[in-house]
Parts: sequence; C-alpha cells; structure tokens
Amino acid sequence: MKYIVVLLALAAGTYAIRLAGVLLRGRLTLPDWLDDLLPVAATTLLAALVATAVFTDAGHLALGVARPAGVGVGALLAWRRMPFAVVVVAAAAVAALLRLAGLP
Amino acid sequence: MRTPDRTPLDRGLVRDALAIGAAAAMIGISFGAISVAQGMPVWLPTAMSLLIFAGGSQFLAVGMLAAGNPVAAILGGLLVNVRHLPFGLAVGSALGDRLPFKLLGAHVLIDENTAFALAQDDEHRRRQAYWLVGGILFVTWNVGVAAGVVVGGAVGDPATYGLDAAFPAGLLALILPAMRDRTTRTCAAIGAVIAVAATPLLPAGLPVLVALLGVAAGVVRRFSLRGVAE
Repeated sequence: MKYIVVLLALAAGTYAIRLAGVLLRGRLTLPDWLDDLLPVAATTLLAALVATAVFTDAGHLALGVARPAGVGVGALLAWRRMPFAVVVVAAAAVAALLRLAGLP
Repeated sequence: MRTPDRTPLDRGLVRDALAIGAAAAMIGISFGAISVAQGMPVWLPTAMSLLIFAGGSQFLAVGMLAAGNPVAAILGGLLVNVRHLPFGLAVGSALGDRLPFKLLGAHVLIDENTAFALAQDDEHRRRQAYWLVGGILFVTWNVGVAAGVVVGGAVGDPATYGLDAAFPAGLLALILPAMRDRTTRTCAAIGAVIAVAATPLLPAGLPVLVALLGVAAGVVRRFSLRGVAE
C-alpha cells in the first residue's frame, strides 16, 4: 500500500510540476528582460546539476579523482568541438580506467 | 515556404540522442537492480520509471522507502524535481502549440532534452531535439530498468564503467556553447559553486535550486558594470 501511495503521489506531483512550467510558458507574457533570463536560469540549473554530480556524493563533498578527471577530459573534447558521443564515451572511459588503476 | 514537419531528422542529433540513451539504459539497469536488492516489490521500479520518469527522484524515493520513510520519499522526490518547472518555462515552446502535445511532452521533460533543446539554434531543431531525446530516453530508461529488475545482483556498480562521469560530461558539453555569453557564464559559474557548497548543508534537490541565486548575482553584476561603464 505505502508503495502505491508513494508511487502515485510522486508521479502526480512531478507531472504537475512539469506541466505547470510548460503551460505557464504559453500563458505568461513576460517582459523581455525576464524572457531573456529563462534560458540563463535553465543553463545555471544544469551547470549546478553538473557540478553537484561531479563534486558531491549523497549529500557530501566527493574528493575522488576519477570522476572529475573523466568529466574534465570530456569537457576538453567538447570544447575542441568533438562529437557528443565521443565526449560521453571518453569521459566514461577515463573514469573507468583511472578506477581500474586504483584511483578513487 | 517552410514545411517544418517534413524536414528529415538530423542524423547527428539522432546519434547524440542514442549515445545519451545508451548511458541512461545502463543507469536504468542499476536502478532496477538496486531497487530489488533494497527489498522493493519487483513491479515498483518499472512503475516508477514509466509514471515518474525522473531518475534522481526515483533513486532518492527508493532509498527513503528502504529506510522506512515514505513521507520523505514523496517530499524529497518532489523537491528534487522542482527544477523541471523552470526547465518547462525555458523550453516549453519546443513542445508545440497544441494542448495534446503539451500534455504528452510535459511527461518527458528531463534534464537531457532541456539541455539538448537549449543547445539548438532555431525553433524547428529545438522541437526535434526535445522530442527525440525525450522519446529515446523514455524508451531506453524503461527498458534498462526492466532489465535491471530481471538480472538483479549480477550488475556491478555503474561507477566501475565510469557512467557517473558520462552524464555530467554530456550535460556539460550541451551547455558549453551557451557559455560564450558572458552573463550566462557568470551566472552558471556562481550557481555551480553555490550548489556544491550548499550540498552538505541542505536536503537533496535544494542545492541545485539555490543555484538560481547565481542568476541574480550574475545579473546584478552585469547591470552594475554597465552602470559604471556608461
């Protein structure tokens, strides 16, 4: 029973959050400066997701080497305009190889 | 005259979407396996992945349920997903104008297709990227989770394969072009630092949201600099 309640509450709430943003987008007429700021805000949220995914683990700062190094190599390749798939695979490969070599 | 609906799909876009989709499948496998290992009923991971379709909140909810705290599973999961509201505001036009598209498209609104859509130059490509990446990830994530439930403990830690580096690297690659804009760069950098610093202090989900303070700081800084220059 508790599983069904959690499932449905989280599903309904998450959908409501998503739909609210999508529908508001069509109905709100925002001043230009705020309209220009929306992609900036979304990019900032994504940057924060990236940073927390790289440097934290389950609510703690993560002091590993392999993951930041993998993401760093990926970022370098992306900056050199390498294909997206290459970036993703290279980041995973570098992190996996460093862990294989015993680095945290 | 443009006929946007008949323009063929960009091959590069399909390839990129499949790359991130494959990584999502692998994470899905580990979600399915971990859920079962933590004592969840076998139907739960698949039902969550179909109906919630937000990986971070699913991992958190399963962890909270396993710890015997269903209320925290709901509230914590919703908190992790609040970021989808500003995402919807930013890329909402990519779903199309008709209500059925909005209703369906809202369900596949995730970090990855937001990032892909933001990275496109024109509205038509934004729309393609949103639906393609959202659709592919919906399929690969769910297939992965179902597979994970079946194979269970046979799956290793995704970190062994470097998957924990693959996702942030992919998102970073997608937002990199936007960083050419100075205001965006400043806001994103400040926001990223705030989020990491806040992580040990705040419950999951909030650190990413307080990163929006970076937008305020970046904008104030730009206007104050302009004020000095003029």
